[in-house]
Parts: sequence; C-alpha cells; structure tokens
Amino acid sequence: MASAAGSRGFINNVLETVGRRTSSVFVEIGAVLIFLGQTLRWTVSPPFYWKSALKQMEMIGVDSVPVVLTTALSTGMVLALQSYTGFKRFGAETLIGTVVSLSMTRELGPVLTGLMVAGRAGASMAAELGTMRVTEQIDALSTLATNPMKYLVVPRFVASTVMMFFLTVLGMITGIAGGYFVGVKVLGTNPVTYIDNSINYTEVKDIWYGLIKALVFGAVIGLIGCYKGFNTEGGAEGVGKATTGAVVVSCMLILILDYFISALLW
Amino acid sequence: MIEVIDVHKSFGELQVLRGVNLSVEKGESMTVIGGSGSGKSVLLKHIIGLLFPDKGRVIVDGQSLNDLDEYGLNELRKKFGMLFQMAALFDSLTVWENVGFSLKQHTNLSDKEIRKIATEKLALVGLKDVEDKMPAELSGGMKKRVGLARAICMDAAIILYDEPTTGLDPIAADAINDLIVDLRKKLGVTSVTITHDMHSAYKISDRIAMLYKGEILEIGTPDQIRNTMNPIVHQFITGSAVGPITAE
Repeated sequence: MASAAGSRGFINNVLETVGRRTSSVFVEIGAVLIFLGQTLRWTVSPPFYWKSALKQMEMIGVDSVPVVLTTALSTGMVLALQSYTGFKRFGAETLIGTVVSLSMTRELGPVLTGLMVAGRAGASMAAELGTMRVTEQIDALSTLATNPMKYLVVPRFVASTVMMFFLTVLGMITGIAGGYFVGVKVLGTNPVTYIDNSINYTEVKDIWYGLIKALVFGAVIGLIGCYKGFNTEGGAEGVGKATTGAVVVSCMLILILDYFISALLW
Repeated sequence: MIEVIDVHKSFGELQVLRGVNLSVEKGESMTVIGGSGSGKSVLLKHIIGLLFPDKGRVIVDGQSLNDLDEYGLNELRKKFGMLFQMAALFDSLTVWENVGFSLKQHTNLSDKEIRKIATEKLALVGLKDVEDKMPAELSGGMKKRVGLARAICMDAAIILYDEPTTGLDPIAADAINDLIVDLRKKLGVTSVTITHDMHSAYKISDRIAMLYKGEILEIGTPDQIRNTMNPIVHQFITGSAVGPITAE
C-alpha cells in the first residue's frame, strides 16, 4: 500500500517536473519571439545608430576573419583529402572539386562560419549586454530617455546579420581555395578538370542557398546573444550563464534551422 | 509634483509593494528609508517608469506614467536625472561622453559644445581634468560624482538618488551629502532619495518616509522621525538589532 502510494508520488513528481520544464521552454520561446518582434520594429523606425552599427560590424565581422579563414581553409583541405581517399576507390577523383564546391557553398560555409561567429561574437554580445544589465547601465540608458533596444540591440542584430553574409562568402572562397590546393597541388589532380567540375556542377542557386542560410544564422546569433545578455540576472554568475546560454542556444538553432532551410530550398 | 497612489507590485509570488502612497512637492527633498529588500529601489524605479505597478498609479507633473506611450515616457524622463547605486556609468565611453550622453542623444549640439557643458557640470560636482578618463580609472566617490554630473546635464527638474552614499568611505559619503544639498540650493530641483544611511537622510531631507514590508509606515520631518514613537521606525533609525524588526 505504502509502496503504491510512493510510486504514485514519484510519477507525479516526474510528470510535474517534465510539465514545468516543458512549460518554461515554451515561455522562453515566446519571450524570444517577442524580443524578435521588438527588434524588427525598432530596426525599421528612426533614428538608426550607424556609428554603433559600424563599430559592431568591425567587432563581429572584421575581428572574426582570422577564425573564419582558419576554419574554412582547414575544412576545404580536409574535405578534398577525405573525398580523394573515397573517390579514388571507384575512379572518381576528378569530382573532388565538385564535392568541395557544393559542400562549402550549400552547407559547410554558412554552418561553420555560423558556429564560429556564435562562439566568438555571440558570446561577446551576451557578456557585454549582461554586464551592462547587472551594473544597471541598461536602466541608466532608459532613464536618459534612450531606448536600449534601439541603442544596443538593433546595431548588434543588423551587424551580425550583415557580417555573417560577408564572412560566409569569405569562408566559401577560402574553403574552395583550400580544396583546390590539396586536390591539385598535393594530390596531383588535373587543374583544368578540377575547375571544370567545380564550375559545371555548382549552380548560382547553390551559392544563394548558402547565403540565405548565412543571413538567417547571422540574425539568430544577434538575436540570441542580445536576448540572453538583455535578460541577465544575478551578477557575475548570471553573466556567465547568459554567455554560455547564448553560445549553446545559437549553435543548436543554427544546426536545427540548417536542416529546415536545406529541406525548404532543396 | 510626484504622486504615488496605492501602488502594488509583485514579482512572481513575492509581493514587494503593498499599496504605497507618497506625495513629493515641487522643490522638496524626500528620502525613503527602509531595510534591505523593503522595496525602496522598486519604488524608485516606478517613479521614473522603469517598472509599472500591478495596481495603482504614479503621477508626475500631472501625467500618469501608466497612460504614456514610449515617446511620452521618454519626453517625461527628460525631466529626470538619476544617480544609480554603483553610478552605472557606460564602460565604453569616456567621462565627458558619459556626462554629455543625453545632450548627444537629444540635442543637435556639436561634440565640442557637449564637452564644454560636460566640463561645467563636472566642475559643479567638484571634478576637473577627468573628462578624458574612462570610468574604470575612477574611484567609487568620483564615479558617483560623474553619475551626478550626468544626472544634472539636461538641467533635470527631478533627481532620483539610489543609495547615494553606499560603498563610500564616511568622508566621501559626507561629501556626496554636501553635494546633494548644494545642488538643490543651486538648481532648486525636487529630489527623491532612497537610503538606509540615517546620517545622510537627516542631512539631505525635508521629509523622510519609512518603507516597511511594502508600505509607508511613517512620514515626517527629520526631527519628527528622530522623535518617533513607532517602535519599528525607532529600531531602524537607531540601528538596533533588538526590536520588532528581525534581521533576515
């Protein structure tokens, strides 16, 4: 009897915990969507803080160039090397260029750039805004009759979206160049065939698909980084949690959205 | 000038304000005292529209904050200046950029003119040759002074002080008290201060209100508060551990 009551209590506790957590996830999703709505609303209403946006573009975009270059170059080179090993087994090593080009434009360019930028710039946004929140600098902005969404969030959101586009272009070119170097210079594939196969089987729409992903991922990084920072609570520990949360959520959203955008643009 | 009418505020299960009523006249210096967690900061944030009541109203210059849209609220906020507990200076801006922030946002003045005004306001709070320093290079007392210069930069009619002497040594704290009194004499501003520093409260206030468990328990002049018969207020102002208020 006591054992039955005990197991009922345990099941109730488990259900309650699952219910509470599920509910809090939906509340969080709702809060992010409201935050997105506010961000879009303030993005299209003047004044626009150009100077601040340009500064953010430098921090998010220009400062991310080394990490994006390294990642893309390494990925392109490894991709060529691994494809060669597989393709050689059935005599298709001339298709390395096609594989590298398609992978870098449609998939790896935007996704890897997104993950790198989320780790670097997304974390930085969350930490900076989180610190401003816990030290009351965001409240101070409001008391100075300045809308913190417009002043802090919009420039970061716009900069992140725009710079992800250009960083992804850079990532695509660098990855393809890395693949060419390994395929032609290291593995000895015919350069003309390599380039021909790369161009013939890669369409303009493949590049656009990748760039559409880049824009979406950029918006996600800006949105989540700012949302987490803006809603930081509880001092230094809160800033740490916001920073980690921004990176984890951005990366997960990038990977989840990657599938859905790929399926949509198939 | 400021009327707080039956303001209630809760955060989740926690009820912080339970029907606060407070009236501050033009040119008056009102200080709200109370223990940590009594709702003082929450009350101050309601007065400047950083928080809105669940029930009740805050009226400033005849305008109810609840009824204002974003634009109206920002226009009203231009009448305010606020000194935050830890000054809340913008880390990425220099001292003069912090002080002149409102002027940069809301006027067409050139940077040169803004810097000149910022320098004047800094002189008014007793600071010179700090214009190009970053906030991280300043002491706690200097940060508060810069915060005060920022609060008065747009010639605010109402200044809100959030624990102005907290975290300062006694001499720096008294210097801030003198500055608050001095600024009021020079500028004729209305001020609302929240503090639990009784030395400061007696020195800067026309009236003192005690906030306890989300309600105003007593309001009076500094002398009336000193001679209160209310055991809770008496215990708080004498700083005794023995009495109806228990340490949490």
